[in-house]
Amino acid sequence: MSVDLLSSLQFATVAVFHFLFVPLTLGLSALVAFMETRYVQTGDEIYLRMTKYWSRLFLINFAVGVVTGITMEFQFGMNWAEYSKFVGDIFGAPLAIEATVAFFLESTFIGLWMFSWKRVSKKAHATIMWVVAAASTVSALWILLANGWMQKPRGFEIVAGHAQLVDFGALIWNPYSWVKLFHTSMSAFTLAAFFIMGISAIYLLRGKATDMFKKSFRLGATVGLAASLLVIVAGDFSGRQVADFQPTKLAAMEAQWTTVKAAPFYLLEVPQPSAERNVVEALGIPNLLSVLSYHDPNATVKGLLDFPADQRPPVAVSFWSFRIMVGLGFLFVLIALIAVIFSWRDKLEKNRWFLRVMPFAIALPYLACELGWILTEIGRQPWIVYGLLRTRDAVSRSISSTDVIISLVGFVLLYGALAVVDAFLIVKYSRKSAE
Amino acid sequence: MALQILWFILWGVLWAVYFMLDGFDFGAGMLRRFLARDEDERRLSLAAIGPVWNGNEVWLITAGGATFAAFPLTYASMFSFLYLPLLLVLFSLIVRGVSIEFRNKSENARWRSVWDWALAISSLTAPLVLGLGFGNIFQGLPIAADGSYKGTFFGLFNGYGLLTAVLFIVLFLQHGALWLEYRNGGKLAERARAFASTVWFVVLGVAVVFLAATAFATKLYDNYLSRPLWLVVPLLAVVSLLAVKFLHTKSRSLGAFVASCATVLLVVATAIVGLFPNLIPSSLDPAASLTAFNSSSGPYTLKVMTIVAAIFVPIVIVYQFLVYRFFRGKLTKAEGGAEY
Repeated sequence: MSVDLLSSLQFATVAVFHFLFVPLTLGLSALVAFMETRYVQTGDEIYLRMTKYWSRLFLINFAVGVVTGITMEFQFGMNWAEYSKFVGDIFGAPLAIEATVAFFLESTFIGLWMFSWKRVSKKAHATIMWVVAAASTVSALWILLANGWMQKPRGFEIVAGHAQLVDFGALIWNPYSWVKLFHTSMSAFTLAAFFIMGISAIYLLRGKATDMFKKSFRLGATVGLAASLLVIVAGDFSGRQVADFQPTKLAAMEAQWTTVKAAPFYLLEVPQPSAERNVVEALGIPNLLSVLSYHDPNATVKGLLDFPADQRPPVAVSFWSFRIMVGLGFLFVLIALIAVIFSWRDKLEKNRWFLRVMPFAIALPYLACELGWILTEIGRQPWIVYGLLRTRDAVSRSISSTDVIISLVGFVLLYGALAVVDAFLIVKYSRKSAE
Repeated sequence: MALQILWFILWGVLWAVYFMLDGFDFGAGMLRRFLARDEDERRLSLAAIGPVWNGNEVWLITAGGATFAAFPLTYASMFSFLYLPLLLVLFSLIVRGVSIEFRNKSENARWRSVWDWALAISSLTAPLVLGLGFGNIFQGLPIAADGSYKGTFFGLFNGYGLLTAVLFIVLFLQHGALWLEYRNGGKLAERARAFASTVWFVVLGVAVVFLAATAFATKLYDNYLSRPLWLVVPLLAVVSLLAVKFLHTKSRSLGAFVASCATVLLVVATAIVGLFPNLIPSSLDPAASLTAFNSSSGPYTLKVMTIVAAIFVPIVIVYQFLVYRFFRGKLTKAEGGAEY
């Protein structure tokens, strides 16, 4: 395999793995801070127990998220040196700012929070967790500003073969990034909510510490319903932006081969990329694709065949990751709605079937979050910076296939081991602390 | 022009502060497997770095990010030329981080022993490879006139590169021992103290050999020969190393640690002053060297980054300092058994 394919594969591996830990950090940090604040406000011990229980799981997850994050920053220079040279003037800035403004705060304060339980006032301790939660969201913002520039480059000019920043305001007010922040945050809260509900369900079934887990479940259900509804709003914004900013991604994720005015949306669709058509197109809703993409029933949706073949993203991956993500998004609202009804009416224990389903449902928002990133990145191909630089031209020239095979095998082994240890600890601590 | 020089200085400062901070938790990480003799001591020696290691490591992320933002050509070259060594650094840092966080998460003796060893080894390999990398950067990397890299992985294992690695390791052993002594009491502190007393002589010996070898293997002294005033930097490095011994003999453990911080800062500063204006000199063709002037971002980006750094770096320094002050003094047994 070529260096650029291997490097892409490696990037996908380390990014997907890293993002297994990021959304739970984003969502659960704020929820733990909320639990601790409720403890400060009410003095009710149950909130303290909840804070301690969920923060233990949070910290195990956080540790793996932190260490796998270092890889992300190193990757650009190690494997994508030509990319780094091309965009360094622009892309490096948000990464450096992320570390300076947010990651320092997050890392320093999480250490303080862990080791200051009895040494600062309750109020101060809860405030420290809010700082961690806020810093992790600010951190996500700067990373998304960097990624946003790859998706929708702006505020630059090309000087001597590389992009040079001319307008920092354009970089930080990139609408793509802000919508992505909204989308990512709400997905993170959905994921954290399902995580809390799934684990609580196990202990409600076993009748252990039911007071604490009922309260946790109710919190998860409420946050889950609000967040999953907002994800749909965010998804609509995202879809509109893709239509405007990245028409090739839109065509690929919708498997739209031909250009159509007033395009329908098919509920059932199966693309056959080799034949450049769809083998199944059924249950069409007239004009819906035009409405979804441009909020205009008569808008024209440009098809893949009207783009040069060397500018089309992989259709099957884009299409299926999008379809499954959206399907899951609606499923989350449904599940969260049932969860809200059962938990607020105190009917959870009477509906044991629902409690039995919920632990398995934890996997679904993880899948949806990963599919979202797969769509974002694969749908942008063959570009690494949309319309400006191709992925195959971005790879380091000084590394060999052997180098990347060594590193890829190393990452797979190391990350595999980390996954096993992390899963073991999450299971162990969710049990141990429930006693 | 002025901004490029300013960012060169900041680049040096970020690396220096990174080594000053992560240096002692590298050292403590290497040593605690051997200095701590029972479970209480093992927990206490871990609690000495537990709250701060993560914040320390962000200085590396910031140094990397700042290199990317201010000197993208250097960032791209440094990270892709030194691909396999950086992979080893990365793996070491990953193993280290989870070792610290996961070690106390099981009562199982074997589990703890595995993580204790993992922490000790990864705390050794990280500075080893970083030292090896910097030793080679000080000598110059084989960058051809067309900007291509002619080096190999095994070519990095040359005498001066290995010497720099040894210097990093012994400096951090001393640094970590002084930190363990300062944060702990009892037998653990006594053993750390005894180790620090002995290793000081090793540091001195390696430093002398390193300073002499630098004259032969690198061009770092050229700047000092043309501007002798700057010799005050290496001179202060030597003075701070002497101060470590002086304060340590007087049982001023915090003072000795602070002096050791100064030593690490000044040793890195000595090299950075010698490098200027190069970030990565070329050993093949001086014109192919990556400098603050030919590898930097445009003036606009540098201006934006200067404003961001001017506001936020002081803030970071202030709150990290306050957190260190919060965790000052001797650890109590209860803290060793802290619930996380």
